[in-house]
Amino acid sequence: MTAVTEDTKGAATELPRLLPLPGNKNAHDWYAHADRYGRLPYRDRQAILVRDVEAAGLTGRGGAAFPVHRKLEAVLEAADKRRRTPAVIANGAESEPASDKDATLLWLSPHLVLDGLQLAAEAVGADTAVLYTHVNREHDVGSRLQEALRARQAAGVDRIPVQLAQAPARFLSGQETALVNHLSGGAAIPTFTPPRITERGLRGVPTLVQNAETLAHLALIARRGPRWFRSVGTDAEPGSMLATIRRADGRPRISELPLGLPLQDLVGELEPDRAVLIGGYHGTWLTGAEARRLTLDNRSLAQVQARVGAGIVITLPPDRCGLVETARVVRYLALESAGQCGPCLNGLPRIAGALAEIAGGRARSGAVADVERWSGLVTGRGACHHPDGTASFVRSALRTFAVEVARHQRGRCSATDTRPFLPIPRDAARSEQDWI
Amino acid sequence: MAEKLLVNPIDCEGHGACAELLPEAITLDEWGYPVVDPRPLPPGLERNARAAVSACPTLALRLVRS
Repeated sequence: MTAVTEDTKGAATELPRLLPLPGNKNAHDWYAHADRYGRLPYRDRQAILVRDVEAAGLTGRGGAAFPVHRKLEAVLEAADKRRRTPAVIANGAESEPASDKDATLLWLSPHLVLDGLQLAAEAVGADTAVLYTHVNREHDVGSRLQEALRARQAAGVDRIPVQLAQAPARFLSGQETALVNHLSGGAAIPTFTPPRITERGLRGVPTLVQNAETLAHLALIARRGPRWFRSVGTDAEPGSMLATIRRADGRPRISELPLGLPLQDLVGELEPDRAVLIGGYHGTWLTGAEARRLTLDNRSLAQVQARVGAGIVITLPPDRCGLVETARVVRYLALESAGQCGPCLNGLPRIAGALAEIAGGRARSGAVADVERWSGLVTGRGACHHPDGTASFVRSALRTFAVEVARHQRGRCSATDTRPFLPIPRDAARSEQDWI
Repeated sequence: MAEKLLVNPIDCEGHGACAELLPEAITLDEWGYPVVDPRPLPPGLERNARAAVSACPTLALRLVRS
């Protein structure tokens, strides 16, 4: 999809910015990349880029939407205070099974992410750079990245060497403390904060972790400036974002969209009783009626306690049951708990069990109340946000599929197709080896 | 300086000593893990709070400046 947005001065700014232009099959090639975007605009001094990033209003595209300049500043400050040279990690792990945007970006435009990694490293004065990706993807991103790094070495563009590292195929392995723990020699499971990884991260040094797409945007802000970046998106949430869109056929389509886009443009003409999942498996189910009046930005989505997250927008086909789909995903999420924190270890399997009972029909009378209570009980009580994200996903399902819950209590289900729809990886973690 | 309790949920094994020593600010959930009042400790509870912190067998409970 190509969206065209008018900027404030009336000049048309065209998307995509990050993805290849239509018809370009060669975008992953270094020379094709340099042709389109020009050379790397190093600043030859640390911290210079931070002001541009702040003026652009770039936020993290991994899901949390944290202001990028504040992370850069935190790392600079910690490095100065502790006299340690920082590290930078590009996070392309994308452990969320419903998302495919980072893998697609790394496959189609690897050099933009690698440019951003070099520029971010320069901005914080880092001497270590790592690109962390997920195993078991459809495309062999690893070998494409090795090829890209060889081309950059031959062209002499990189100032610091980039290590490639792989995340185990677990839901939590891309969580930032988990990836830092993994790259420091431990298992890919979350650790307790404080200390923040901007203070003590990779092998104890101040560490900047940015999502792969975020670094690609940073590479373009460095070249074209904040005003250009702000020419799409909203004033509060500028720029474009990559989204993974799934409709009835279930196939993911990756689009680069301006923030603030009406959701209706993504989900089409929806019946009010249809459902849309926004933000993935830690995200929020909305009714078609809600989705039709909202836009793709956090300010708008906050009205229904939803967030853009990593840009997942899924329309549930009319022949599937959202309750059954949710129960299946929550079982997966419970199995993906690292099992470190009592409330998550105990609460998630119970929530999953009760949801399976509700989805299966004629659940005992207290099942819905149990799910609500446990969802409240686990929230805010883990080292990471896995219990919180799972609980809010579950609560949004009970809200959005309230009619379906009542139908199931009478032993009925509105699905006419019982094949699983939402994607879930085949193997769940069984032993500690699965996290290494 | 107001202080508040912070539990490291990875280290916590649900022994429950903290809830026994400081029931005003800590209760146990149905699985035996502490639910800690996130607000600053009211004055007068500091002594018991320190006792709860040092009684934790896994050193999972801390007092931090709020």
